[in-house]
Amino acid sequence: MTAVERQLDRTALLAVPGILVVLLLFIYPFLHGLVLSFEPKEGGGLANYLRFFSQPFLYNTIATTLWVAIPTTLVNVGLALPIAFGMRRNSAWQRVLTTILVLPITLGTVLIAEGLLTYLGPQGWVNRLLIESGLASSPIRLTHNYWGVFLALIIAEFPFAFLLILSYVTGIDPALPRAAATLGAGPRRQFLHVYLPLLAPGLAITFCLCFVQAFSVFPSAVLLGAPAGPTRVIAIAAYTAAFEEYDYSMASAIAMIMGAVQLIIVVAVLALRGAFYRGPAGGAKG
Amino acid sequence: MSVAASSVPRRSLGDRFWSTAMVVLIAFFVVNVFGVITSVTVSSFATRWLGTWLPSGWTTRWYSAAWAEFQLDEVLLVTMEIVFIVVALSIVIGVPAAYALARRDFPGKKAVLLLFLLPLLVPSITYGIPLATVLYQARLAGTMNGVIVANLVPTVPFVVLVMTPYIEQIDPRLEAAARVFGAGTFRVFRHVLVPLLAPGILAAALLVLVRTIAMFELTFLTAGPDSQTLVVVLYYSVFAAGVRATQSVDAMAVTYMVTTLIWLLIALRFVNPTQLVTRVKEQPKK
Repeated sequence: MTAVERQLDRTALLAVPGILVVLLLFIYPFLHGLVLSFEPKEGGGLANYLRFFSQPFLYNTIATTLWVAIPTTLVNVGLALPIAFGMRRNSAWQRVLTTILVLPITLGTVLIAEGLLTYLGPQGWVNRLLIESGLASSPIRLTHNYWGVFLALIIAEFPFAFLLILSYVTGIDPALPRAAATLGAGPRRQFLHVYLPLLAPGLAITFCLCFVQAFSVFPSAVLLGAPAGPTRVIAIAAYTAAFEEYDYSMASAIAMIMGAVQLIIVVAVLALRGAFYRGPAGGAKG
Repeated sequence: MSVAASSVPRRSLGDRFWSTAMVVLIAFFVVNVFGVITSVTVSSFATRWLGTWLPSGWTTRWYSAAWAEFQLDEVLLVTMEIVFIVVALSIVIGVPAAYALARRDFPGKKAVLLLFLLPLLVPSITYGIPLATVLYQARLAGTMNGVIVANLVPTVPFVVLVMTPYIEQIDPRLEAAARVFGAGTFRVFRHVLVPLLAPGILAAALLVLVRTIAMFELTFLTAGPDSQTLVVVLYYSVFAAGVRATQSVDAMAVTYMVTTLIWLLIALRFVNPTQLVTRVKEQPKK
């Protein structure tokens, strides 16, 4: 009996190296950063936070980032939901489309930003098309401003939202909408009364993940946006503090504020979902 | 299926409009993604490209220029070295942890699962800044070791979350049978587990590999001059684009793209594309 118990313990111990990696390289730096943020270069314990919230150049980054992150997340989730719903049955198309959509995710934000600079630039194909079709008389500025970052976030995050929602939609037992169809519900009523309530938890999680990613937008805000002005997002402020001013204490404070804002929005969205949602989520999967 | 098809009412004009709109939207998105990729590629082969649909002439000299200018052979070597070490370490650390989680119930298991989920949910730039601070204080950042260590933060949990359900579906009686016949832990591991786990490990390794090549933030925050990977070099070259010909930067971008896509194509032979994204589906919700 004791030998068996020892065996059990030894197997469980296999998780220790993995746990140590996360504790040492994720949890510890976070706690270290939190402590460090209260040990400013000069002034009292709260000096970093007071400085952040008293200088418009710093505290405005929160609004700037929200102004980029919330609209793009709404657009991405809003478009991904009906498209994923429409694709729920056609498996040949699904495979092709998911493979194509994995492309921008795999290539990553830096390449997308680089590509969009050429594609959307004054000499790029988009402006060429707009001018030759007579929709614009001179090139429209789509790079080095808000719209550059906006479009970069759509290209980078839409596939993510779509694939995530598709996995939730296809996870719903097809017997349920079939039952609704037998009772005379058309696609629209199936969507509103069967799919949507079952998808609510998945949608809330997708929204949170997309938002959190968009809120920490960095390379495209620098390369494709106007990092000194309209797209000076909070990640840029944190990066500047750490690697240009070498003020790790201030950088940690900004990183903590960034994490806190993300947490607040995530908690708010999940609470909202809780308010709308009744009944068990897993029930549909049998 | 046939039941559902016959019982769905005839599609109204509105429904048809709706599904057409979906197809148009998704086609628009895909066209733009390919537009971005193609315009980078076209530009990298262009002698001069101003104000026309296509360049005035074609050349491959930007590739030799970029190769020399960015010392790409060196960069590719560093990238592959970092990526392969990260893959190897995350498999060696992650698979045993996944095994422990799949096979054993121990106190605090839920907390451990949450611990592995967190680094995948929190965006890398949010924890990257505190992590880089710690790594700079430990004099690890700026070196290849620092980059490798930082990249383990998302990859180890990723391997754990991909491998846990995979191991759960392997019948534990196979291991028990081997033990009955007197095999020790090592022989069970070598002759029973490794052959059974190999396909899952291969898939997890390829997914980690593709994700690590594209991992910008953590590498960017911790890399020194000799430890920059391809994606970080690409970022710097776009960042300082004013001093170089666009085509040279585009040639660099195509090199990065080809490197990533080769591995993506290899990966797609073994994994479902959605596995790159929907890692969060395996949540500890049980």
